[in-house]
Amino acid sequence: MPFDPSTGSGLRTGPFLAEWYDLRDLGNAVGAFLDWIRDQGAPDWVPYVVSGLIGVVAILLWVILSQLAFIWIERRVIGRMQARIGPNRVGPQGLLQPIADTIKLFLKEAITSRKADRALFWVGPVLIFLPALAVLAVIPFGRGMFLTDLNVGVLFVIAVASVNTVAVFVAGWASNNKFALLGAMRTVAMLISYELIQVLALLGVVVFAGSMRMGAVVDWQSDFNVWVLFLQPLAFISFIIASAVEIGRSPMDISEAESEIVAGYHTEYSGIKFGFFYAAEYIAAFAVCGIIVTLYLGGWTAWGLEQWVPGWLLFLGKLYLTFFLFIWTRGTLPRLRIDQLMAFAWKFLLPLALLNVVVTGAEVLIWREADLSAGVALPIFGVVNAGLAVALILGWATFMGHLRPERRAKRAVLTQELGAIYYTPPTGTDEAVRTGEA
Amino acid sequence: MAMKTEPFVVNVGPQHPSTHGVFRMRLTLDGERITDVDMVVGYLHRSMEKLAEERTFTQNIPFTDRTDYVAAMTGNLAYVLAVEKLCGIEPPERAQWLRVIMSELQRFASHTIAVGIFANDCGAWHTPMMHMLREREKILDLFEMACGARLTTNYMRIGGVSRDIPPEFMPAAHALIAELPKRMGEYEGLLLENEIILTRSRGVGVLPADLAIASSVSGPILRGSGVAWDIRKADPYAAYDKVEFDICVGTNGDVYDRFLVRVAEMRQSIHILEQALDMIPAGPVAVQMPLAPRPPAGEAYSRIESPRGELGFYVVSDGGPAPYRFHIRSPSYINLTAFSDMVVGMTVADAVVILGSVDIVLGEVDR
Repeated sequence: MPFDPSTGSGLRTGPFLAEWYDLRDLGNAVGAFLDWIRDQGAPDWVPYVVSGLIGVVAILLWVILSQLAFIWIERRVIGRMQARIGPNRVGPQGLLQPIADTIKLFLKEAITSRKADRALFWVGPVLIFLPALAVLAVIPFGRGMFLTDLNVGVLFVIAVASVNTVAVFVAGWASNNKFALLGAMRTVAMLISYELIQVLALLGVVVFAGSMRMGAVVDWQSDFNVWVLFLQPLAFISFIIASAVEIGRSPMDISEAESEIVAGYHTEYSGIKFGFFYAAEYIAAFAVCGIIVTLYLGGWTAWGLEQWVPGWLLFLGKLYLTFFLFIWTRGTLPRLRIDQLMAFAWKFLLPLALLNVVVTGAEVLIWREADLSAGVALPIFGVVNAGLAVALILGWATFMGHLRPERRAKRAVLTQELGAIYYTPPTGTDEAVRTGEA
Repeated sequence: MAMKTEPFVVNVGPQHPSTHGVFRMRLTLDGERITDVDMVVGYLHRSMEKLAEERTFTQNIPFTDRTDYVAAMTGNLAYVLAVEKLCGIEPPERAQWLRVIMSELQRFASHTIAVGIFANDCGAWHTPMMHMLREREKILDLFEMACGARLTTNYMRIGGVSRDIPPEFMPAAHALIAELPKRMGEYEGLLLENEIILTRSRGVGVLPADLAIASSVSGPILRGSGVAWDIRKADPYAAYDKVEFDICVGTNGDVYDRFLVRVAEMRQSIHILEQALDMIPAGPVAVQMPLAPRPPAGEAYSRIESPRGELGFYVVSDGGPAPYRFHIRSPSYINLTAFSDMVVGMTVADAVVILGSVDIVLGEVDR
């Protein structure tokens, strides 16, 4: 039944009616505005350019606002995890703290150390900003709410996100600081390893959805009423881990491990240049969460709920929940060592991700060749893949020896277990005193 | 084609988030591996041992707060024990027990820092640290009740303690002791079997028992290497011969074992406190002493098991009001000498964790 705005009732199956006040799709308002421009008799390129500008401004506004909000939320949440309060002085409940921080970063002197490579030192912060923002261009925030729906969206995401590596290395190299160089080298090594896993994880999604277009993946999930998460649990876990590495979140914040190499590649940066790194970290995190939500968690759809709740709200809700996951790990987990992280990538995740691709390909082939209906095939695949994920993770961990009893935790040995301990008394007599019998 | 390479020297500290003060190490790296380490100490040198020669025996007690500022009570205790040995006096029974109570509270408080810092060095972003500090706060509150200060306690006196505990101390201490095992259970559950902590600390910074003894390290590091040596048992002081407790030892001598030993010792401290709070008798807390005692000429060495190891004070008197020679055998400094043995061959990330596991206090290293 088509949606009828005059009665406000009924489910619709097609696209929304282009009533500009229909808040379930903000694209409606933009479309109405563009129509109005066309009605004014403007040449064809004007609405094209205007729509792009609106998209860019909207994404930038959203990013800045979310970022300011999440600086506060993250600090408060981690504060709560650490049995303290968190920022609560600037503004009500410390809500203005991020703004105060931003002003401080703007006003502070951006020092360039004497032996730094000045041009590259300046390029680093700019370069790290761009890929994170560019990724957001292909993410559908709602039905029709994207800057551009590239038909190679998934490929674009992977390609653009890896520019990050260059930016980090430029920053680390240009600083002429050993900590920065160490951090940059670690980042490059890590990102190269984990991008491979990202690609393999996304391959499973693409094979199922049959398209690299981000919007098409969302539509696929909506059509079959299943999130890719349930079909690809192993890929989902690998992708989350690889994403945490890419955005430098704990337990993989090795590139800026503050207890080891001070601040990693941005050790020498201060003032607004540091602010750029700080902001880019959040934007990259939002972008990665957006990718996870779009490709694994159904994007802006939620089993029909998007008919009633604006899709972009669903999308943002899922995105923030995913981001909370990263805040949570940051507040609770210690950091791995770089060699352990690399070993984990190559010895653990890579074989599993490869197996996952093979299994997924086989499943899609079976689905197509045996001409199964989606209602039969997808639940079976879901159960098989979930079981396979558990079996593979446990099996591989056993095979690699991670579950051997001598690798399990133990307790300190007490005197009770040691038995008696003999000490020669300090007085110099030869008689031994017997202690420690409990 | 052979590539021309040169060693990569990284200067860590004295201003670095993880040197726990102003320690400095110059690490020579091959990639991430450490091939050589050069330790530089002395940035916090305050010439305490020389200053002490100009002050009376009583005036020197506040110095001992400021050597190991994370464990001031044990610093106080070790010094007054040496002077008491010089003077040949025995403090009253109640003072002995108060010393045990304060030492064990201090050991627990100090180990909370050590364990928290260890998790911090593993990269846990302050969460275990902040939880540990919550327990430490309550102990510091008890110290404040007893002597009015939280960190620089200056509580022990030659011949006893500065004053008796107030009436509200005992209920508060009993309440705390009842609560701590529950907290310890939480921390043990969260930290001891954490997979990342296990991978980060197992087999890292191994110090074999023979090398540990040869390097003359003491405290949790020595016990972590599997040597059951505890001065509270080997050479009992205060009322330690009257309480029952276990020595906690590790088996491999790695960072994880030192961490385990500290956690187990926190349990033992609670156990000792439970006994001490019940067994403490009434009575005077100090013997009458002149303000500036003049011990007979001679020398004395006292040693106690501080949270960091064997803390010794060597005091020489020439019969005057001030010590002729005042020397501190600080466990942090001597434990630090084993650092290079533990760290060579490890990675930069390990160096930080190993340094954290040595649990140095720079005030005590440099004095």
